[in-house]
Amino acid sequence: MGKFQKKRGDTAPAISTASLPDIVFILLFFFMVITKMRETELKVKVQMPSATELEKLEQKSLVHYIYIGRPMERFQAIYGTAPRIQLDDSFKTVEDIPLFVENHKQTVQPALRPRITSSLRVDGEITMGIVQDVKTKLRKIGQLKVNYAARRGVNKKAQ
Amino acid sequence: MAKKQSRPAAEINASSMADIAFLLLVFFLVTTTIDVERGITVRLPEWSEEPPENIQINQRNVFSVLVNAQNQLLVRGEPANVDELRERAKEFIMNPLKKADLAEFPNAAIISLKNDRGTKYGTYIEVYNELKAAYNELWYEESQTQFGEHYSDDLPKAKKDKIKAKIPFVLSEAEATSYGEESK
Repeated sequence: MGKFQKKRGDTAPAISTASLPDIVFILLFFFMVITKMRETELKVKVQMPSATELEKLEQKSLVHYIYIGRPMERFQAIYGTAPRIQLDDSFKTVEDIPLFVENHKQTVQPALRPRITSSLRVDGEITMGIVQDVKTKLRKIGQLKVNYAARRGVNKKAQ
Repeated sequence: MAKKQSRPAAEINASSMADIAFLLLVFFLVTTTIDVERGITVRLPEWSEEPPENIQINQRNVFSVLVNAQNQLLVRGEPANVDELRERAKEFIMNPLKKADLAEFPNAAIISLKNDRGTKYGTYIEVYNELKAAYNELWYEESQTQFGEHYSDDLPKAKKDKIKAKIPFVLSEAEATSYGEESK
């Protein structure tokens, strides 16, 4: 009987932490993959309106952003307070949109190009004039898929 | 040939590996923004230089919504409130009581939206959202009666098409007026 008795050590065995790095690495890779670095610094104030009938933007690589809003305070001395368009990192005008869209198009595979979406991130307080100009420009260059970015709001009917 | 000295391989201390990985992990955790971008997707009409053809449309099939520079609404010629827009649009499209002044059939209904260049963007989105909501609710109801299923993105395309064939989304946007344009 004594033959099969378990040998007990003097101290409790240390818990092996050898697999801890593996676990952490898995988490790390997860976050690395889903991360998208913020590459644009907003120069215009954009407080998006809220809406309920929202759709998700599918692939971020197929989306380009057009920001419209009043310049931030530190830029107002130079650019005034009238609503302006921001593309990438700088103030632009409606005339710069075709080149901007074309540049984005070049980075996308030809097969996916029809799915390119323009995301209009527009401040809720500005007037439609400049938005209308942008829309007209987009129509002229054949970029018809547009998404009006909005925050998720409360459904009026549910209230 | 000298016999290879068999030596037990030195163990690399990997205990700091976790620290390094944690450091990187924290960095990515902080920089990550998991905000799913959402918005109202629209398809703009194609641009054409020629003026649009004058098509005769029965006035009863047109649900005109005008938004002026003071963000006031004019629905079918009468002042209206945004809150009642959705119900009115739904009633107009389906016309459950077969009224003579509402749309003949759901697929004949046309919603016409016209805004001013001075209209606030927030108001425009609110109005657009309500009109879209009217259609979404109708599609949802139609899906319930026809297939007994929720209308969602997961619904098979064939069923979706069937619903949309019955109640197509027709929202035509007219060229904006420019009475209340903000001075540059």
